[in-house]
Amino acid sequence: MNPFQGKMNISVKDCNLYYGDFHALKNINIEIPEKKVTAFIGPSGCGKSTFLKTLNRMNDLVEDCRIEGEYKIGDVDIYAKDTDINMLRKNVGMVFQKPNPFPMSIYDNIAFAPRTFGITKKSELDEIVELSLRRASIWDEVKDRLKKSALGMSGGQQQRLCIARSLAADPQILLMDEPTSALDPISTGKIEELMDELKKDLTIVIVTHNMQQAARIADKTAFFLLGELVEYDDTDVIFTSPKDEKTERYITGRFG
Amino acid sequence: MKNLNSAGNGNRKLFFALRIFCTVALGVSLLCLLAVVAYVLINGVTKISGDLLFGDYSVSPSILPAIIGTLQLVGISILIAVPIGVASAIFLVEYTNNKGRLMRVIQVATETLAGIPSIVYGLFGYLIFVVAFGWGYSMLGGGITLAIMILPTIVRSTQESLVAVQGGLREGAYALGASKVRTIFKIVLPSAAGGIVTAIILAIGRVVSESAVLILTIGMVVKDIPASLMSPGTSLALDIYYFASHGYPDEAAATAVVLLVFVICLNLLAGALGKIIKKSTGETK
Ligand SMILES: Nc1ncnc2c1ncn2[C@@H]1O[C@H](COP(=O)(O)OP(=O)(O)OP(=O)(O)O)[C@@H](O)[C@H]1O
Ligand SMILES: [Mg+2]
Repeated sequence: MNPFQGKMNISVKDCNLYYGDFHALKNINIEIPEKKVTAFIGPSGCGKSTFLKTLNRMNDLVEDCRIEGEYKIGDVDIYAKDTDINMLRKNVGMVFQKPNPFPMSIYDNIAFAPRTFGITKKSELDEIVELSLRRASIWDEVKDRLKKSALGMSGGQQQRLCIARSLAADPQILLMDEPTSALDPISTGKIEELMDELKKDLTIVIVTHNMQQAARIADKTAFFLLGELVEYDDTDVIFTSPKDEKTERYITGRFG
Repeated sequence: MKNLNSAGNGNRKLFFALRIFCTVALGVSLLCLLAVVAYVLINGVTKISGDLLFGDYSVSPSILPAIIGTLQLVGISILIAVPIGVASAIFLVEYTNNKGRLMRVIQVATETLAGIPSIVYGLFGYLIFVVAFGWGYSMLGGGITLAIMILPTIVRSTQESLVAVQGGLREGAYALGASKVRTIFKIVLPSAAGGIVTAIILAIGRVVSESAVLILTIGMVVKDIPASLMSPGTSLALDIYYFASHGYPDEAAATAVVLLVFVICLNLLAGALGKIIKKSTGETK
């Protein structure tokens, strides 16, 4: 039924992506290991979000977007003709830069994905909702107001709610596009702790503009520049002894 | 450097005059509105009676046939125009590229249609339903014509409500593995519901106040309650015209009050429902 079950490593070969005539990603090759945090860094407009979105095929929604290359999760080709895109996205969750809770109750937000995939029994849903909120360490803050609108929460709570909502789909991989850039330091700290906890069960790929954040939480770091993957290595290697001069210039803040 | 305040100071007199002018203009328009409402109420309220509202027309003039006729017309036109209008808007916003050629053509078409005088719709309804279909004057023909008349507005306002739904919500739903249909029905439509409901109620207001279309399509038969949807009939707005032009000024004034109250209630309802829906989806804050 679910071809992605238990598959958590991502392998991309010769990825090229075009928005119309614009060559946005150039020959990207990367192996993202399972149950690790991998960070994408690089200046604005270098293609981090674009590459992240190829992994759950969100670029399919963009008109004029042409994608080449081989993309695999485990041994499953995610761009194969018979790939069930909805099943792929269930297994590869995504958290966006701007928290986007649905205008409905906290409970219904979390139950959205399980309901999408046919779970309707109340006891089962209750269990998933509680577990997901606990995994996103926000259960204690919202357990008394599950029926209240999710829009009444603070930005940091909303973002953790969105993480819980993704977790409710029981994903194997979680993609996060600058999940803390709109949050205060305390909320950011909570989400970073959360990622440390979550990577025991799933693979996390995070885009961040915050070098310290990448250094703190990522096991692997990839540096993108102008649509190319310049360097990809263990995080401490990237931050202490990068092989490429461009990487060094960027992480030491000497880049334009 | 140029003193930024100098322009303002130099023209202070002009600004003052403008402000006075705007205040006066606002006063005049409010006064006109109040005058109309007050005039209708003062002249009409005392003329309302049980016989007028629910009596038998063969005994004394009654607007019961008009009340029933108006409800029928609202029912028919809304039942036809809302599903078609909302579905068209969903198709346009969710299934075609919002910036595409088709979209622009339809945009212009709906705007033009919304601007056509209603008597032209009436003539169309007359030629099609009364003459070509051979239905004669009928509530159904009138209701369908009204549906055609309000369709462009419903499409346009639904479109606007759908476009106003934040893109992030759609992305969020897709990213959770929801299909397009599920995303539209569970996320997009509920978020847009407030705007759509308001549009529908305002459309009902237009149906209730329309007269030109109905003179040509339902025949203004004020005395009989329509036996079926294929019968001729009347509406509140038509009754006002009929009473006023056939020597019943008091009845005309009373009917105007009923119609006015109805339209005011609809507008209040539109506002209230819009708010309630927004609240239930949690959009207040
Ligand atoms: N839908 C689109 N259509 C056309 N061009 C696009 C589209 N989305 C992104 N681009 C272009 O692709 C390039 C990469 O964009 P992307 O959003 O991936 O950058 P990013 O590295 O995530 O930047 P940021 O750090 O600012 O989020 C940019 O030049 C951008 O203008
Ligand atoms: Mg980005």
